[in-house]
Amino acid sequence: MASSDVARHPDKGVRPLSLAGHVGFDSLPDQLVNKSICQGFCFNILCIGETGIGKSTLMDTLFNTNFENFESSHFEPQVKLRAQTYDLQESNVRLRLTVVNTVGFGDQMNKQESYQPVVDYIDRQFESYLQEELKIKRSLHNYHDSRVHACLYFISPSGHSLKSLDLVTMKKLDSKVNIIPVIAKADTISKSELHKFKIKIMSELVSNGVQIYQFPLDDETVAKVNTTMNGHLPFAVVGSTEEVSVGNKMVKARQYPWGVVQVENENHCDFVKLREMLICVNMEDLREQTHTRHYELYRRCKLEEMGFKDTDPECKPVSLQQTYEAKRQEFLVELQKREDEMRQMFVQRVKEKEAELKDAERELQGRFEQLKRLHADEKAALEEKKRMFEDDQSSFSKRRAAAQLLQAQSLTANGKKDKDRKK
Amino acid sequence: MDDCADIYGAEKMTKGPEVFPGYSSSAMSEAVVPDALVSPAVGSMYGEKAGGPTVDFSYVGIDAILEQMRRKAMKQGFELNIMVVGQSGLGKSTLMNTLFKSKVSRKSVLATAQEKIPKTIEIKSISHDIEEKGVRMKLTVIDTPGFGDQINNENCWQPIMKFINDQYEAYLQEEININRKKRIPDSRVHCCIYFIPPTGHCLRPLDVEFMRRLSKVVNIVPVIAKADTLTLEERDFFKKKIREELRANGIDVYPQKEFDEDAEDRMINEKIREMIPFAVVGSDQEYQVNGRRLLGRKTKWGTIEVENIAHCEFAYLRDLLIRTHMQNIKDITSSIHYEMYRVRRLNENNTAVAHANGIPEHHLAAHEM
Repeated sequence: MASSDVARHPDKGVRPLSLAGHVGFDSLPDQLVNKSICQGFCFNILCIGETGIGKSTLMDTLFNTNFENFESSHFEPQVKLRAQTYDLQESNVRLRLTVVNTVGFGDQMNKQESYQPVVDYIDRQFESYLQEELKIKRSLHNYHDSRVHACLYFISPSGHSLKSLDLVTMKKLDSKVNIIPVIAKADTISKSELHKFKIKIMSELVSNGVQIYQFPLDDETVAKVNTTMNGHLPFAVVGSTEEVSVGNKMVKARQYPWGVVQVENENHCDFVKLREMLICVNMEDLREQTHTRHYELYRRCKLEEMGFKDTDPECKPVSLQQTYEAKRQEFLVELQKREDEMRQMFVQRVKEKEAELKDAERELQGRFEQLKRLHADEKAALEEKKRMFEDDQSSFSKRRAAAQLLQAQSLTANGKKDKDRKK
Repeated sequence: MDDCADIYGAEKMTKGPEVFPGYSSSAMSEAVVPDALVSPAVGSMYGEKAGGPTVDFSYVGIDAILEQMRRKAMKQGFELNIMVVGQSGLGKSTLMNTLFKSKVSRKSVLATAQEKIPKTIEIKSISHDIEEKGVRMKLTVIDTPGFGDQINNENCWQPIMKFINDQYEAYLQEEININRKKRIPDSRVHCCIYFIPPTGHCLRPLDVEFMRRLSKVVNIVPVIAKADTLTLEERDFFKKKIREELRANGIDVYPQKEFDEDAEDRMINEKIREMIPFAVVGSDQEYQVNGRRLLGRKTKWGTIEVENIAHCEFAYLRDLLIRTHMQNIKDITSSIHYEMYRVRRLNENNTAVAHANGIPEHHLAAHEM
């Protein structure tokens, strides 16, 4: 891969040589380009702006396709991001385009946390790339790069100045992504107002220290064009996918009763400039800036947070290895500890449950005993009563027997007396 | 004048326009509203002209990225590190000079009055800045004087393997750094040209051992040196024998079969694989032949033209290395050999690092060199 920056001044020990004939390595850039064509390209755009400001329409117009978006509601409780990926192809170039839109940005009553989901999303993409890079078995060249390469920030065309939400959000994002501010729905501002608006916006950005993306000036072929374009920032754009017939051509335009705003007419809006800068001239630079500046910054911060440190060159290999080892040991120890903790907790819970169950069992047992006792008591009582009853019964029957006997005796006694009297 | 020999009978077909079904990235967390998506809207990219009023707004400009990449590559410049390995007297330096049409070899740089065969293998690398048609390249030629020249040549590959692994190590260290350079200087050996002496019989044990071990860490391109000592029949026989031996020993030289990406690649690479090892003759002197000045070797019985494919296969080697497969060689080095090294290195601990440098097998347990 084209890696080392071959300096214009030769390194010590590197001799500049001239060739005596045609060697043929001038085909190297072609080989590189061919490989890239086979691999395909990747580009990720993040669009931030209020609901209804024209993000989806602008994307449709920019890439000349219908991305099948539907309108979002204004009643989202918090800001969400919706990412969609498309495969586009033009001549032999395949582009995997990911468009991320904010949903519900600027709709809430309390917008203090509006920027947070966006920042989180961008960080997540960096994080997943970092994870892939740090993996032991990795496949970087096959990896689908989802890091955000360009962020289009849609400014609503108030004509006065930036909103505080805009400033706060852009300030949070300027060190993480290439910000390209655009003025949306620019057909609502007149030319003179637009000029003043642009100046106001740029001065506000500068005074608040917001670093937006500047088109690169180091390559002579594009330096001139880029300098001019830098002066036109932010671009005032109009998006439209409808075609209107103007003259004898069908152009993309918005038709009003008082006239037709042509999207690709440079007098009407800066759409062509935006497309030129974003896609035709600086796409590669956007990707490179994302990788070499924003991603490296994220990586540095993340690794330092994790505790890695660079020491001086001689002991670098050892300390790095040691750091890795130490980290790994730490991690393993922590894992072990967690495992032990979990085991202990498990044992604890089991014990508790057992105790509970035992208690319940005991209680049940107690109750059973109690019930049994009750039962026995009652039975005893009943037995008692039965016995008494039987006693009563037997004494009654005895008495009856005795009474009957007495009666019988008295009867026989009376009969005998009668007999005696008769004699 | 394009004297690129046309080895490839079939042209490399440019892939025609295809429609790729779109999909939605689903690896998002709860904060993202997932969407099922389709994008078949590709047809409008081609600027089809409708019947009446002309439709000419369909050009987006995505293919301008190719030009951007090219510009960026030209600005950055390229790097190439080639190692030449072979016994002394096989014409390594001359071949390097012929390949790059200038005095890139060690001998031309460090003019020594008497060339003594060193007692141990030394590794000497020299870098040059060359430029052609606006493309700048930093070429590093790594020479290995003393290889195979001692009486006892056991383990002569060790210093070389150590050197190659050291380059991987240096790159890895820089990549692991927290504050790392914008462009990590690439000193990894991209290609190792191994010179086989033209015995005409078969490979020697030294050749087999060396290539077996090194084909696992670097791209090896074997060449038959001083091929003007072989007749065409002897050359064909020798090549066939070498190919058989390579196959029998499981040695995968560049272009490796397992790294062929698609059918097209395989077709092109098969043709190359049928021709390796290239039988080359090097020369940096020009002679008059048929009214033209050509690089060649003049003998009493004729003049061997180096760039004539009827005479020797130098032109094929040059085309392979420089004109068509240079980027591929560098890619395989960085994405396969370097990654393998990295995996091994990150899985080891400190004490095992020494083992990675080709110490004899009975010392190692798990690492196969």
